[in-house]
Amino acid sequence: MVYRALGEFLILVGSLFLFLAGIGLLRMPDVYNRMQTGTKATTLGALSLIMGVGIYHPQWFFKTAIISLFILLTNPVSSHALARASHNKGIPLAKGSVLDRYAEDKERGLKEAENDS
Amino acid sequence: MKVAVSTVVLFVLWVAMTGSFDPQELSVGLITAAVISMIAPGVAGPEPKKWLQPKRYVFAFIYLFYFLYAMVKANLDVASRVVNPRLPINPGIVKVKTKLKTNAGKLALANSITLTPGTLSVDIVGQYLYIHWIDVKSPDIEAATQEIVKGFERFLEVIFE
Repeated sequence: MVYRALGEFLILVGSLFLFLAGIGLLRMPDVYNRMQTGTKATTLGALSLIMGVGIYHPQWFFKTAIISLFILLTNPVSSHALARASHNKGIPLAKGSVLDRYAEDKERGLKEAENDS
Repeated sequence: MKVAVSTVVLFVLWVAMTGSFDPQELSVGLITAAVISMIAPGVAGPEPKKWLQPKRYVFAFIYLFYFLYAMVKANLDVASRVVNPRLPINPGIVKVKTKLKTNAGKLALANSITLTPGTLSVDIVGQYLYIHWIDVKSPDIEAATQEIVKGFERFLEVIFE
């Protein structure tokens, strides 16, 4: 039962990444850095969990592949929306951040910033 | 043309989601796909002939593996920062420029950027993307574009443009 072992391994890796994402949420200094760990690690964690289940039960494989595809499409969109909303609300970047081109361009007006090359 | 292409696309999606080759399910799927395509032919996108070019599928297949590799690398990178007691981050928001013009291409690029090494798309205005970078290597637009965008753009250009 090689495929069962592979499925179990993927599920284990997935939960490990979800665990690291949890630690990242606690340790990171501001909302944007938290979003970084919160998106990447949870997407890979959920993907390998779901694909692990799909390999463990091969008759579910196609359905889990489709679920993974939808997670890949929607998860980054939601985190992008959250990051954009927090920036528009005026939540500052953490101390020690090196630059913020988005804030600079917002002051000039985003439409004008679009035109320079 | 538009109707035929979107019927095929919807039908393939139907088969993938039901996961069965029972003739009853297949015929219901075909009828549903045809009816939806007649009501809303736009589901296949503004230029349906793009679905017929095999080169796009080959590149999409290669891109899948390139993307998975980049994503695993990104996760190991972020994970190592998270468990490092000194928390080595150097964050900031940079601006990069893309050559992609179609909406689907920009969506794929923004999603890929979000899921890979320490970068998170914050906003997109025309040809420019604003990206939160966990470890800013260069504040310059050109250099940041080279670092973040170029690897994906090579593939996405062929797939979506």
